[in-house]
Amino acid sequence: MTTTKKQLHRIDLIFKNDEDCKEILRKALSKPNQEIINEMVNSGLKGRGGAGFPTGLKWKLTAESKEKDKYVICNADEGEPGTFKDREILSRVPHKVLSGMAVCAKITGARKGFIYLRGEYKFLVPELKKEIRKFHDILDDLGLDFRVEIFLGSGAYICGEESALFESMEGKRGEPRNKPPFPTECGYLNKPTVINNVETLAHSYTILKFGAQKFRDLGVKDSRGSKVFSVSGDTPIPGIYELELGMTVQDFVDDFGDGDTKAVQVGGASGFLVPRKRFAKTTIGYQGKLTGISLPTGGSMMIFNSSRSMYNVLNNYLDFFEEESCGQCTPCRVGCQQLLKGIRAVKRGEKPTSYLDKLMKLTETMKLTAKCGLGQSVANSFSSIVENFREEMIY
Amino acid sequence: MSNMVNLSINGIAVSVKEGLTILEAAEKLHIKIPTLCYHKDLCIAGNCRVCVVEQTGNNKLVASCATPVSEGMEINTNSLKVRNCRKHIIELLLTEHREECTKCYRNGHCELQELSAEFQITNQDFIDLVPDKNYTVDRISPAIEKDDSKCIRCQRCVRTCAEIQSVGAIAVSHKGSEMKISTFFDRSLDEVVCTNCGQCIVHCPTGALTEKSYVEKVWDAIADPDVHVVVQTAPAVRIGLGEELGLGSGTRVTGKMVAALKRLGFDSVLDTDFTADLTIMEEGTELLTRLKRALVDGDTEVALPMATSCSPGWVKYIEHKYPEYLPNLSTCKSPQQMFGALAKTYYAKNIDVEPQNIVSVSIMPCTAKKFEANRPEMKDSGYKDVDYVLTTRELAVMIKQAGIEFEKLNDEHFDSIMGVSTGAGVIFGVTGGVMEAALRTAYEIVTGREVPFDNLEITPVRGLAGVKEASIQITGTKKEWNFLEGVELKCAITNGLQNAHKLMEAIKNGERTYHFIEIMACPGGCLGGGGQPFPVDNEVRLKRMQAIYEEDRNLPIRKSHENPEIVQVYQDFLEEPLSHKSHKLLHTSYVKREQY
Repeated sequence: MTTTKKQLHRIDLIFKNDEDCKEILRKALSKPNQEIINEMVNSGLKGRGGAGFPTGLKWKLTAESKEKDKYVICNADEGEPGTFKDREILSRVPHKVLSGMAVCAKITGARKGFIYLRGEYKFLVPELKKEIRKFHDILDDLGLDFRVEIFLGSGAYICGEESALFESMEGKRGEPRNKPPFPTECGYLNKPTVINNVETLAHSYTILKFGAQKFRDLGVKDSRGSKVFSVSGDTPIPGIYELELGMTVQDFVDDFGDGDTKAVQVGGASGFLVPRKRFAKTTIGYQGKLTGISLPTGGSMMIFNSSRSMYNVLNNYLDFFEEESCGQCTPCRVGCQQLLKGIRAVKRGEKPTSYLDKLMKLTETMKLTAKCGLGQSVANSFSSIVENFREEMIY
Repeated sequence: MSNMVNLSINGIAVSVKEGLTILEAAEKLHIKIPTLCYHKDLCIAGNCRVCVVEQTGNNKLVASCATPVSEGMEINTNSLKVRNCRKHIIELLLTEHREECTKCYRNGHCELQELSAEFQITNQDFIDLVPDKNYTVDRISPAIEKDDSKCIRCQRCVRTCAEIQSVGAIAVSHKGSEMKISTFFDRSLDEVVCTNCGQCIVHCPTGALTEKSYVEKVWDAIADPDVHVVVQTAPAVRIGLGEELGLGSGTRVTGKMVAALKRLGFDSVLDTDFTADLTIMEEGTELLTRLKRALVDGDTEVALPMATSCSPGWVKYIEHKYPEYLPNLSTCKSPQQMFGALAKTYYAKNIDVEPQNIVSVSIMPCTAKKFEANRPEMKDSGYKDVDYVLTTRELAVMIKQAGIEFEKLNDEHFDSIMGVSTGAGVIFGVTGGVMEAALRTAYEIVTGREVPFDNLEITPVRGLAGVKEASIQITGTKKEWNFLEGVELKCAITNGLQNAHKLMEAIKNGERTYHFIEIMACPGGCLGGGGQPFPVDNEVRLKRMQAIYEEDRNLPIRKSHENPEIVQVYQDFLEEPLSHKSHKLLHTSYVKREQY
């Protein structure tokens, strides 16, 4: 075992500027659909929004649908606390995202695409519109019948959930739908829809440019490629970093921590808190047969040092969820309120400490029965914080 | 034949049609899965999560109401995991719910109460969220009360108002812990597009939406020795009331209902069916007059099709949504209001009681009737024509309070005058009934012959279909009606305001033309009204429908114009249909209302 501090390898694929976008696109569009799908599947690219669904498969399923109208949607409703990488990607390399959408449209047969942009990112609209106009000219030159529009969200966290996003686009209240059916079969306007995160689409450009192998060479086992991380909290160097998947939290902390790191929240408020004792055993990537204890993430890495109260951290998350739950399903709407009020009551001594165990059981129910990922994942931060910092919850 | 899917539920193999949900498949095996947000009338929401079940191979539980069956699926509806989760969900709902069951209007009729009893929620110790909620209770409307503290946010009312009624008076607002069912800018139901139809009430699982009760007022009136309390009963009450008193759906209880009303202490028990017959006389004549103006006088201003105006939910709907069609609405008051106007004039004179000493009560399958009775126009007798409107459910409450063993009562007859009715009056309680009754009379007036249908049963206007169309060729007319010779009278009938919306759009776009349209606000017509017993679905509606038609078939007189009391009221009081007096007492006007 080496004792020298290892500096994590910085990757420069996503933000590397690229002058030959049109040529890359021309080459990609001239390939047979099946070849593009194979390339995407072989790359091992999984959704960069956090859930990690294999992108190639998503494209393939939608391409196979016989429906006439299909849609490609770029999910830019970046709302997970601690995540700010999609904003950077859209402002620095929007053509990559648009190219990914266009290739996806080509193989699926979609003629219409949307960027669902987080309401708070309204300031990006003028530049983005300019980019889209330029891009439409390129598509006209290349002879692809595909148009992209921006749809501005209104500030609800839940609208980042894909089916709630469709509802929102359809002019309805942003509430998640029942699944199945899934978007590849029944998405926007009940038509087959590919919905990908901003970063996922940008990676697809990289894959189309360099081939699946170059992407596969990065990362480990079930978690291939690089990932853009939003690093925040108690770190001397907060910001956006493109790193390889598969690093341990320890490696990450060695690089980004301030020397006093107590815990790292991986994946935002809906992700997991990793305490110091687990740093070495936990890797960052997608859960899989081969990767073992591994935490998926949309890229948010929040670093907490010993000055932080984990009670405050959890209280803050629950306050967020209690407000951002869409409110339609019981376990999420009421569960979040109970968790928030519950930890406060324990802290104030109004409920016995054993009440925390009851709340843990409640999070288990939420995980099992909530209608969408929001309610299901509240359990992640709750259980990982309460299990590891129980004393901070009480005293 | 559609494809079959094989699955197992609790270890029992079952083969069901593709496309069914787990919940429906379990029903076939007689396995009950508890539900709250699910209702057969409505689209699937899947939001309460009480119906979750375990599916082998899925690490989450699935909502059985929202998940279609798939080949080889293994489902467990009663595992420890399922039971624990369900219990949690019921407990969670109770923490947001003001638990005052003994003081609640829906006590004994509440699905949440039933579930918490079933699951023995006895030691629930989650934090009570109600004190911090700032719940509002809206008691302003004369018809419907809304108590947010009883709401479990299942959105059955929202789906009802949008899908069945196409009204959208209530919708979800806010999110997270503040999510609630609300109206346009949180106004009272009285100040929004609500039609008071009460379908939200019959679809609400708890006490969040209820009718405004006038039971105590009626008891007070009955106990007052100085007033004469007259009660009228709508056609659909006699086939619905039994359900609330332990009898099966579609039991005809006319005689028992009359007996019970007499025992409750009403001074006179009369029949809305009488004024239903009167409506036919007035409305039929109005239709023929409009047709004459259009066909003979060449008057292009005459508003056709003429639309029925008996359903106050429909009347308020058209006032909000299609005010440009108000001239098409028959000027006839509804049977309830015709009755009220006559009760304090014709009837008062007849029994020699001062009208100010008469309290006029009506028993209706309807909540919109409560609003209708309170319309400022409804005072043509010089007094409030109808003082109190009770729903079928409220009457059942009074019968229970009075300790009457309803099942054991012997049949009794309505009092007179205004107590004789015909089969034509009875079928006002079912969709298509007003049309059928009108045709029975109008055809005979015009041709001197009975309508050309077996046993007077005009089958094309019957049934639960959303929009029904019928036409009748008029031939062999009497001399004074010969302008109608050869005319094909075109009619349409709808039930449920969603269908009214479809019909009105078709008329507006010129896709359809009619002479006469019957529109009832509630699914199935009044028998499926917002004041009828819970629970309701199409199976129940069909049973009630059969009962109404049986009632019609069993009455000695089945045509309005042959009702001897109708003949008498024109002779003694009203002179003739559309006379000056009937215009004053039996006809009304309408107002344009806002779109929200």
